[in-house]
This record gives sequence, structure tokens and C-alpha cells, in this order.
Amino acid sequence: MPVTKVVMPKLSEQMESGKIIKWLKKEGDRVQSGDILAEVETDKADVEMEAFGSGVAAGNKAPVGSLIGVIAEENDDIGAVVAQAGSGAPAAAASEAKAPSGAKPGMADRPAAVPPQPKSEDPAARKPSPSTGSESPGSRRVQDAVAAASVPQPSGDGGRVKASPLARKIAAQSGVDLKLIQGSGPGGRIVRRDVEAASTAPAAAAVAAAPALRPVAQPAAAGAEYEDLPLSPMRSAIARRMPLSKAPVPHFYVTSEVAMDRAWELREELNGLEGQPKISVNDFIIRACALTLLQHPGVNASFQGESIRVFHRVHMGIAVALEEGLITPVLRDVHAKSLAQIAVEARDLAERARQRKLRTQELSGATFSISNLGMFDVRDFSAIINPPEGAILAVGSVRRVPVVSDEGLGVGRRMALTISCDHRVMDGAMGARFLQDVKKLLEEPLRLLV
Amino acid sequence: MAVMTYREALNLALREELTRDPNVFVIGEEVGLYEGAYKVTQGLLKEFGPKRIVDTPIAESGFTGVGIGAAMVGLRPVVEMMTFNFALLALDQIVNSAAKLHYMSGGQYNVPLVIRGPGGPAHQLAAQHSQSMEVYFYHVPGLKVVRPSTPMDAKGLLKAAIRDDNPVIFIESETLYNVKGEVPEDPDFVIPLGQAVVRREGTDVTVVAYMGMMYRAMEAAEELAKDGISVEIVDPRSLQPLDTATIIGSVRKTHRAVVVEAGAGFAGMGSEIATEITEEAFDDLDAPVLRVTGAQAPMPYARNLERAKTPTKEKIADAIRRVCYANGSR
Repeated sequence: MPVTKVVMPKLSEQMESGKIIKWLKKEGDRVQSGDILAEVETDKADVEMEAFGSGVAAGNKAPVGSLIGVIAEENDDIGAVVAQAGSGAPAAAASEAKAPSGAKPGMADRPAAVPPQPKSEDPAARKPSPSTGSESPGSRRVQDAVAAASVPQPSGDGGRVKASPLARKIAAQSGVDLKLIQGSGPGGRIVRRDVEAASTAPAAAAVAAAPALRPVAQPAAAGAEYEDLPLSPMRSAIARRMPLSKAPVPHFYVTSEVAMDRAWELREELNGLEGQPKISVNDFIIRACALTLLQHPGVNASFQGESIRVFHRVHMGIAVALEEGLITPVLRDVHAKSLAQIAVEARDLAERARQRKLRTQELSGATFSISNLGMFDVRDFSAIINPPEGAILAVGSVRRVPVVSDEGLGVGRRMALTISCDHRVMDGAMGARFLQDVKKLLEEPLRLLV
Repeated sequence: MAVMTYREALNLALREELTRDPNVFVIGEEVGLYEGAYKVTQGLLKEFGPKRIVDTPIAESGFTGVGIGAAMVGLRPVVEMMTFNFALLALDQIVNSAAKLHYMSGGQYNVPLVIRGPGGPAHQLAAQHSQSMEVYFYHVPGLKVVRPSTPMDAKGLLKAAIRDDNPVIFIESETLYNVKGEVPEDPDFVIPLGQAVVRREGTDVTVVAYMGMMYRAMEAAEELAKDGISVEIVDPRSLQPLDTATIIGSVRKTHRAVVVEAGAGFAGMGSEIATEITEEAFDDLDAPVLRVTGAQAPMPYARNLERAKTPTKEKIADAIRRVCYANGSR
């Protein structure tokens, strides 16, 4: 029975390292293919790690691809695998590796760095292997884990990246890590346009290893002038990504005010119906934007270096505020969804975002985003575009304000919408026309129901 | 510049060279009294007489051998093959004598010989008369091979071939004899062998094609331009020597290449050019080089089957889309 290496999985496009929060399998536990082995904290969400292996390295941070455990049969010799992984590690690994407390001597304190192993190439994780002994098919015995080592893995072997020669050359010149890119060529081959898109998008531009976590918190004792809080993985991802949007993406902003009286009434009426999901103002806005984006494909677009990619489907990023930061889960094919469907799915995404239970595929691929600060009594604000998207809509509160109409002075509900646009993709008039049509839909909200 | 047909351009080149150099003579089947099976030698017998324009029996090996012998002693023969398919009968003379005598004589003899005539697929000429014969010759060290696509090239390259001190295989095309184009009347206008030309500038993909395939590639490029694909077309003109610098230069710009050839693809010119590109410009490629070639089959007579065997505009356009990843197969 071959020994299966368990490596830190790459759980999102941006993931460079992950923190093992909890091992769910102990040394010696039997592992079935598909079992949940551990919970891993990434920069975006806590993700359950499937059928990889086990270990005792809880609390440690490991770079993507590094060896964190081994799955083998009881009588297998795992020394070679561990030693091989260990000998490949640069000298620096030894000093930076953190041996987990409680690890077995001689095993867990060996620093290791191995090439990344994509999940799909890990046969043990995919399908049960035929059993030779009395063990049930596919079951493997978990042995000791190797400690996480925070060194970048040697690249180039192991999971081979399919990329055109030109893509490789450009990636090398611009410092883009091909492992972080999704290829758009045949069979997922990475081609020039993918690298160019990535080098303008912060997602893949952040190739340097994430700054190591250093718990240097100062006690807030009397007299202390300040304290330094360690960056959470999410905060560090935000800190890395946002300047990479604001600096290279030339933003411009267009603001419009929407009369929300009729939408408000319609919403109250809908929410009064029994057996119907509760619908939020944001759901109205999502629906209005989705329909309008189909009419304005130029806004549902992305700058790709030498071309503009116009999307035919609308995948809506919905910014969700969390205690420690912000996350933007993606509601897919939202143009084809009813208001009720949007309400149910958006609520589900937001709830799971707060519990940090989102699946990685729910965190990428948006073509447009909405950020709503309405709950904070905000009149209006402007948001930072999340590249490679071309625009983001910032939504303020629905406020009761004095309104002048033909009948005189009255009270109306008004809401400010501000769209931030990538000037490389579109111009002011395009943004304004889009906003005008969103406004029209919201002011004649029955259109959102048909 | 004058506008004339490809046929007239060849005729003009012959006339100019016959006038310029008394050592030049034309020999072949029906080149004199009949004025050429395809009328390329029209009027030459009357103008230059039977010592310079020599009719022969139907004996390709024989009159090719006469040409080689004459070239070895200082004349500059232009041997006409009624069609290049018949050159197979003279293959031993061409491959074992013309190509090798300079080498085997230690440089004592040159063979300044041109063998010219039409080749390649035409219209319903079937298996024995539709062959892309260049493949038989450019493999042989010591031969130069030329395939001129336009009237201007026909004139400029034929003159260069006649002035060259090596044996030159000069293959024309039945389908191009009536193509019209501008041709310089300057008797000193010569296009050096081994120089490719960019027929159309583009930025997305390089298509290498010559003769009829070049014209089909141009049509495909027009069509693809409507879809926003910008095609650059390089015509090599000479296959031996091959101007790889121009081809590579274009690929370095576009990062993609399609090579078109009318003949069967196996070990053909497409393979050669694709290999040159891969060896020289590997790091500039964003996609594998694709070939569009004739099927590995004898040319059928039936029109529909002939079309199925031959690279068409549609097949070329399809390959270009594929190499640009623009065929929806993502």
C-alpha cells in the first residue's frame, strides 16, 4: 500500500498558507476516503479538509503544498517519505518550523516542505484503494504527522501546471505565480491572456509569501501607549488586496438617488404573505442590478490587459461584513433567479459567511459586486472595485427625507446608489446610464417581479 | 509597373533573360512550335530561334540530362516540365546528378539549371496530376526550391533562379496562370531567393501559406477579421532556402501560428515550418503550432472528394480559430 502524503490543500485562488485549527482525526485513527480530517483557516473562510490525512499540528500555519501528515497502512514504512520531504527543505526551514506540542518525538519535529499535490492527483483521497489485508477497502491507517514548516515549497515538480511557453515567460517576467491562475485554454492550459489578467488583478499578484503571523500582542497595561494586534488571515488578505485595486485601477464614481417608496411598500406587502421568504431591500437591488447588467453588458465586464471581457452571465458578489473584516460570497447566475430565490440564497450565503462555512467556489468568479452599508445609517459612500471585476455598487440607507413634488412638500423614502467603475473598461456615461436603469427598475418595482 | 497575368510575367522573365544572357536557352516538350502546353513560352521560338528554344521528344530523363550537361559546361538551361508530375521520370537526373555534381566534383562543376513547370492540385486532374511535388525536391541537399504565388514573384523569382549558379526547382501552378497583378517592367527587377514576404499584416496569429493556399488563407483572414481576429499571412516564396527569420519574426509578434500546405501533411513543409517555429520561438508561443494540410490520400477525381481532400478556406479559418482558442472549446 503506497504511503499517501497529506499536504496543505490549496483551498482558494489566493491561498498561500493555511492554519490548522483542529485535527478531527488522531494518530492511529482509521481514515475512509472522504472523511473530514481537519479544519483549516484560510484568508477567506474556515474550510473542512477532506480525506487527506491526519496529524497533531493543531494551531500551526503551513504553506500551501507543505507536508502536514501521512496516511499509510500500519506496517508501511513512512520514514522515507518523511525524510525525503525533510531533506528537500531549505536550511531556513529548521529554524522556522514550529514543532507542535504533543507531537511524537522523532516524527513531528521534522521540518518538511514538499511540492504541492493537487487534490485530484491524490488517489487515496479520491477513491478507495483495494485492500490486501483484513482491513475494509479504502481504509487507511493514520500515522504520525510531520510538523508544519513555514517555508515556500520548491516549485516546478509535483503538480505540473499546464501553461503555454509564452505564458510561462510572461509569468516569470511579471512575477506571477502560475499555480494561482486558472487557465482558460484547452484542458485548462494557462495562456497569455490569463497571465496578463492575473498580473493586473491583485488576486494572483500577491505572490510573495504572506507575512508570517507573529503574536506580538502587548498587554494593555496601564501606561502602554498602544498595542499591536496580529493580522488575521482575512485582514492580511484585505490589506494586501485593496491597495492593489485602488492604485492600478482608475476608479470613477457616479451617484444617483432612488425613490424607494414603491419598493418599500411592495416589500412590506410581499413580506406580509404567508409562506414566502423574507425579502430585504438588498435583494431588490441585487435583482435590479442583475436585470440591468444584462441590458448593459459593458458594465458586466472585466479589463484583461489587451481586451475587455464581457460576461454573458451575471455572478453577483455580495459584500458581507464580519467582525474581523469583509467577505464577498458570490451568487451565481443571478440574472436567472427570481426575487424569492435571490432572497433565500443571499441570506444563506451571508449566514454561512458569518459562520465562515463557505465553500471555496462560492468565493470567486463574481462579475459585479454590491456593497450595502444601509444598516448603518449611511447616506452614501463609494466602494473599492474588487478586480478583475469592472464595477461595484455602493448602497446607502433608505432614508425618510423631505421631498418636493407637484403636490407640494411631502415625505419620501430615498436611497443613494454610487457605482465605482474601472475607467479602463467603461466611461462615465456608461456608468450613468446603467445607474439610471437600475433606478428605473427600483422605482417601478413591479418590473422586478415579472 | 504593368498589370499582367502570372503566365505573361513568366514569359516576360524568360524573354528578358534570353535577351540579357546568350547562354540562356529553353528546352522541353512543346516549348517551341506549340509555344508551351500552358503557353508560357509563347512567341519565344519566333524571337530567339530553334537553337535557343528547343523542342524535345517525350523523354524527361533524357532532356533533363541534356540540361544538366549543358549547365556543367557553362550554359544556363531552363528545362520545362509540361507538368511537374512528369519530373518523377527525371528524378535520378535531378537528385543524383544536378543536386550533387557541384559537391562530388569538389566544386569543379556548377549546375546553373532551372527546371520549371506547373505543379500542385488544380481542378479535377485526379491522382496522378494533382501532386504537390515540392516535397520530393526540398529534401535533397543541393537543390533550391521556389513556389511563386503572384505575377510579380513569378517574374522576379524566375529571373533570380536563372541567374543562380545552382539547380533550382521552380514550380508554378495551373490555377495561378491567369491571376493578374502588377509586375515591374524593369529588366533588372529580381527577387532574391530565400526571402519570404508578409502578404497581410496582423496581430493575433501568423499563417504561413503559399500558392493557392495563400489566396485561401487571405479569404479566411478577411472572414475572421469580422470576428475580430487579426491574421498575419507570411508567404515563404522559396522553400529551400527557407526564410525562417521572417516567419519567426512574425510568430514572435503574434505568438500563434498555423501552417497551410496543399499536399499530404505527413513530413511535409508544414511539419518543417512548425518545427522551426517550435525550436526558434518556443518561449513566444501561446499555443501549439497547427497544420492544415491535404489528407493522406491520393487526389480523387470527384469534385466533392477533391474538396474533402484539400485545405479549404473553411478548414483554414477553423484552424485559426482553434489556435486562437476562439472556437468556444474552452
